[in-house]
Amino acid sequence: MDKGKAVMGSGRRWAVDFTDNSTTPSSRDIPDPPGFYRASQEQDDSAVTKQKKDAEANWKSQKAWEVAQAPFKNLLMMGFMMWMAGNTVHLFSIGITFSALWQPIGALQGVGKVFEPYKDSKVDLLAPKLVFIALNLGGLALGIWKLNTLGLLPTHVSDWVSSLPPAKEVEYSGGGMPLR
Amino acid sequence: MAMAIRSFLICLFILSLTVPTFSLHEDQVGLMDWHQKYIGKVKHAVFQTQKTGRKRVLVSTEENVIASLDLRHGEIFWRHVLGANDAIDGIDTAMTKYAITLSSGGSILRAWNLPDGQMVWECFLQGPSDSKSLLFVPTSSKVDKDNTILVFGKGSLHAVSSIHGEIVWKIDFPSESFEVQEVIQHHDGNTIYVVGFVGSSQFDVYQINAKNGELLKHNSAAIDGGFSGEVSLVSTAKLVVLDAARSTLLTISFQRGEISFQKTYISDLVEDFSGMAVILPSKLTGLFAVKTSTATAFISVSSEGKLEVVDKIMHPTFISNALSISEDQQAFALVWHGDNDIHLNVKQVHDWNSDLLKERIKLDQQRGLVHKVFINNYVRTDKSHGFRALIVMEDHSLLLLQQGKVVWSREDGLASIIGVATSELPVEKEGVSVAKVELNLFEWLKGHMLKVKGSLMLASAEDVAAIQGMRLKSSEKSKMIRDHNGFRKLLIVLTKSGKLFALHTGDGQIVWSLLLNSLRQTEACENPTGINVFQWQVPHHHAMDENPSVLVVGRCGTGTDALGIFSYIDTYTGKELKSFGLDHSVAQVIPLPLTDSTEQLLHLLIDANGQAHLYPRAPEAVSIFQRELSNIYWYSVEADKGLIKGHGLKSNCAGEVADNYCFGTREVWSIVFPSESEKIISTVTRKSNEVVHTQAKVIADQDVMYKYISKNLLFVATVSPKASGDIGSATPGESQLVVYVIDTVTGRILHRMTHHGSQGPVHAVFSENWIVYHYFNLRAHRYEMTVIEIYDQSRADNKDVLKLVLGKHNLSSPVSSYSRPEVTTKSQSYYFTHSIKAIAVTSTAKGITSRHLLIGTIGDQVLAMDKRFFDPRRSVNPTQSEKEEGILPLTDSLPIIPQSYVTHSLKVEGLRGIVTVPAKLESNTLVFTYGVDLFFTRLAPSRTYDSLTEDFSYALLLITIVALVVAIFVTWVLSEKKDLSDKWSKASPPKVCKIYLLPRMKMTDTVTVIWLIFLESLSHSSPSQGQSREHLCAASLPEAISSMTLFPLSPIIENSLTTTSMPQKKHRRSLAQHNFLPEENTNPWVSP
Repeated sequence: MDKGKAVMGSGRRWAVDFTDNSTTPSSRDIPDPPGFYRASQEQDDSAVTKQKKDAEANWKSQKAWEVAQAPFKNLLMMGFMMWMAGNTVHLFSIGITFSALWQPIGALQGVGKVFEPYKDSKVDLLAPKLVFIALNLGGLALGIWKLNTLGLLPTHVSDWVSSLPPAKEVEYSGGGMPLR
Repeated sequence: MAMAIRSFLICLFILSLTVPTFSLHEDQVGLMDWHQKYIGKVKHAVFQTQKTGRKRVLVSTEENVIASLDLRHGEIFWRHVLGANDAIDGIDTAMTKYAITLSSGGSILRAWNLPDGQMVWECFLQGPSDSKSLLFVPTSSKVDKDNTILVFGKGSLHAVSSIHGEIVWKIDFPSESFEVQEVIQHHDGNTIYVVGFVGSSQFDVYQINAKNGELLKHNSAAIDGGFSGEVSLVSTAKLVVLDAARSTLLTISFQRGEISFQKTYISDLVEDFSGMAVILPSKLTGLFAVKTSTATAFISVSSEGKLEVVDKIMHPTFISNALSISEDQQAFALVWHGDNDIHLNVKQVHDWNSDLLKERIKLDQQRGLVHKVFINNYVRTDKSHGFRALIVMEDHSLLLLQQGKVVWSREDGLASIIGVATSELPVEKEGVSVAKVELNLFEWLKGHMLKVKGSLMLASAEDVAAIQGMRLKSSEKSKMIRDHNGFRKLLIVLTKSGKLFALHTGDGQIVWSLLLNSLRQTEACENPTGINVFQWQVPHHHAMDENPSVLVVGRCGTGTDALGIFSYIDTYTGKELKSFGLDHSVAQVIPLPLTDSTEQLLHLLIDANGQAHLYPRAPEAVSIFQRELSNIYWYSVEADKGLIKGHGLKSNCAGEVADNYCFGTREVWSIVFPSESEKIISTVTRKSNEVVHTQAKVIADQDVMYKYISKNLLFVATVSPKASGDIGSATPGESQLVVYVIDTVTGRILHRMTHHGSQGPVHAVFSENWIVYHYFNLRAHRYEMTVIEIYDQSRADNKDVLKLVLGKHNLSSPVSSYSRPEVTTKSQSYYFTHSIKAIAVTSTAKGITSRHLLIGTIGDQVLAMDKRFFDPRRSVNPTQSEKEEGILPLTDSLPIIPQSYVTHSLKVEGLRGIVTVPAKLESNTLVFTYGVDLFFTRLAPSRTYDSLTEDFSYALLLITIVALVVAIFVTWVLSEKKDLSDKWSKASPPKVCKIYLLPRMKMTDTVTVIWLIFLESLSHSSPSQGQSREHLCAASLPEAISSMTLFPLSPIIENSLTTTSMPQKKHRRSLAQHNFLPEENTNPWVSP
């Protein structure tokens, strides 16, 4: 559209397009000059594209690894935040803990989407994906650990017996001093 | 679930970080609590109506209360409750400004200021022996002169100055057993005659100088046949008594010291006389009344001593003392029952046939017979005499009769409650609409608006008063139907008089009252007494159509071997369903945790012979009971023998008559306390209906301790016999207090602890797995409270989470006492400032809410103390985790926080008992305190964590929500408008005139967009000019376009407009990339 604007702005009346990309000679009025082999150019072209494609695949896998390792930074930050939040239950620590739990879960749900742009037949996405999942699971574990240190997980005896009703008694006994 | 509970507990913990107090705001008094003042059954009454001003009556009662009542309304002007051992023997007025009371068996004489009840002086009288006591205030002393009050008490006669209470003189009579019957003042005022008996056959007259107490003369005479009972003084020198056989009247005259007797057989006077007669105590000149088995005979005594029957009344009759209405006229009141009415006659003493007053008054049948009459006169406007009578009824109520009507009545029977049970109110029935009871909508709204005003601090003084009034008499709390929170209940109280009252917990009103016929004196049952009231039928699951009922157990007579009385009362209607006498005595009533198909609770009654009787007497009950027979035990505490015995049951009893409902008992165990060193003074068990939420106690670091929760535990306190008296009667060295916790099934002693140098009285409370008891430490000269907590050690190793998760534990399997679980106890003692009268613990529906101890202090108040103060795990420096758990640092004495008095500024005079009843709402518990006064309140030991407070303003909430919604809507509309006007103000008016060119262009898709935008802008612009779209004129197309840049489509429009001027393939593509134009070739400018 920039071109369009430029065209309009310069007020050009006409233009010739020299770059003709059409490949079939039949479609052209003028035959190719002698010594000009369209095929070789095409071959060249294909080598270039292959190179290009390789580069792209490399780039993609690199990117995929980058993405895969991204949660690690997150993990460190989360750990720091948790350390800052302390071990008592209050709004801040609960908020941090739940975000620490929620982030990995959300990330794990969207694993496919995260790696979609780097999908390529030549790129092996399995390893980055696994790393990504592992790191997120690590984050999740961190969150759960935090939950436990806050005492919000039923991992103690007290959590299981605190609402246990008293055992029934077999015998019954009553009495006392004679009524007056 | 567990997590939820934990987080809930954590929230609770956060809430409870500060020690909670119950402090009320001043305007909250009376919202949840009510207080009723009583005085008890009136013994004596003295009217004070001489002076102009407020008319009052001074009364003394059997609850040892002296009070001044308003004669107009029966309200209490002032009142003093003397101690429980300070029984009032007589009251009178002296010098028209003092009320004189003689109490404690004639040993304490007090003078109270009549107008305000301040004590003026007190005088302790000593004498050689205990005796009958008598207070005699000479008539001359009643006027404003310094005169002496004559008191006979402790075997001697004292003359006490009525101004300062000094003893003027004192006479010890020569014979120690001399019992003064009457003190008679001679006309001249200088001589007094003291007449009385020595033993039962000697009559003595002493003549004493009233000024200095000099004994002037002593005469005595013996009578064969003896005397018995009451004396009637018929003149200043004549007495009438009955002989020992109660069949002969003796007229004793002692003119100038000379004693002469005259015998008259009652059968000579009353034709069909047989059996025994009773002289009605009275002081009428020349007249006395003799009650025989058939009638009451009024006998006049002539000056010569001749007896003559003037009248006989067949009905139960009561007479008052004489009242002088003028110089020579004396009147007395005669009250008799007949035809369900009360007949009040006031007669002149000398003239039987003259009725000064004859009235017939209809009375509530639930008041029984008249027990006492006091009369008083007043002068009507026509100078004639009017009379008012104060009558004391069988149910201890006090009534004032005047002009044939009951002016006021006081239910003073409620001052002597002996048993409390609770009952639910009926559920709301169909047809009974709650809305009808409610105020109408407008008033409701008005009330709420007032409340809102109050909460926003906008209310004026009148508004505040209106709000307070509204809250106090809220119809909600006194409704006669069950409420959702279980705050409204009936308190069924049994009084000493044998009357049953149902009090509404909302405002304390008497819903119904019933004088139990089975507890009234009859031929068969001379002296019936009520023992207690028990829940009998509590329908809640099945049998919902049945009304709940209570069981009143009584006995004929005072001994433990007296036969029992049963009475069932429907608590909704207040009618007696059934009553019968039992053929055995009642020593124990054991409510069993078993019910029959109609939800009647099974009760086991143990008689004095140790046999068990099952009630209800129905085959079904027996079959239910037989199934559990081997697991039911009972124990008896014989305090005087120092013996506690445990018994099992046998299938039949040893009686001659086969009785399916009688079970024999066998002794299982016994504990004998050494009589030379230990004496049982107190035993306490857990309340059988107490609910415990959990068996585990979570301590710091999520560790668990298992409570040893058993209902079969008995706390026993013994003291050394020397120390069983009052505090100070024994030295610390010779007194010790030993406490035991005993399993009543096996007789196993779980815990024993000795407090050296301590003594009783012991007040204890047993709840869940802990006991708190109060005693006196002689060494420290202070009261102490000790807590014992019992933990189950045999469960302590249940600490495997996985097993608990999978449910592989035996924590909920039934437990037998015979398995001898290993227990550990923890204990700690604290000093406590007050001596106490009663102690109780709050109870809630599920037992989740933390518990508070309710301590009835010596000052007749109820103090609530958190159980956390009584925690044996308290230490001087609790660790961080212990602090988090809520353990308070240890202090040597328990703090008394003034705000935690649940009775706030009120006193429950003569406090005897505290009853707690769980409400349906878990956080709340109902507390009923009784003594001479009644006090009821509702407590939330952990605050109301499960509901909004009562004074929460729903209207404010509603108004806020509505206001918010309205505000949201309004601002939304406004912002829309603002947005639009913003858009128009930024853009110039839509000058799109040149677009008329557009039709000349080919109507491509691009143009369509513009066209559409154009149309849209038209629809927004006001077409008020009345011009059609075609005629709308504007400057130029670019302007029009620039005016549209605000629209989201604007970049595309620009593009598309360029395209119109430069139709090029590439641009067309670029547009297509915007996904705006269709991909297929519809462009008329692109030719193939």
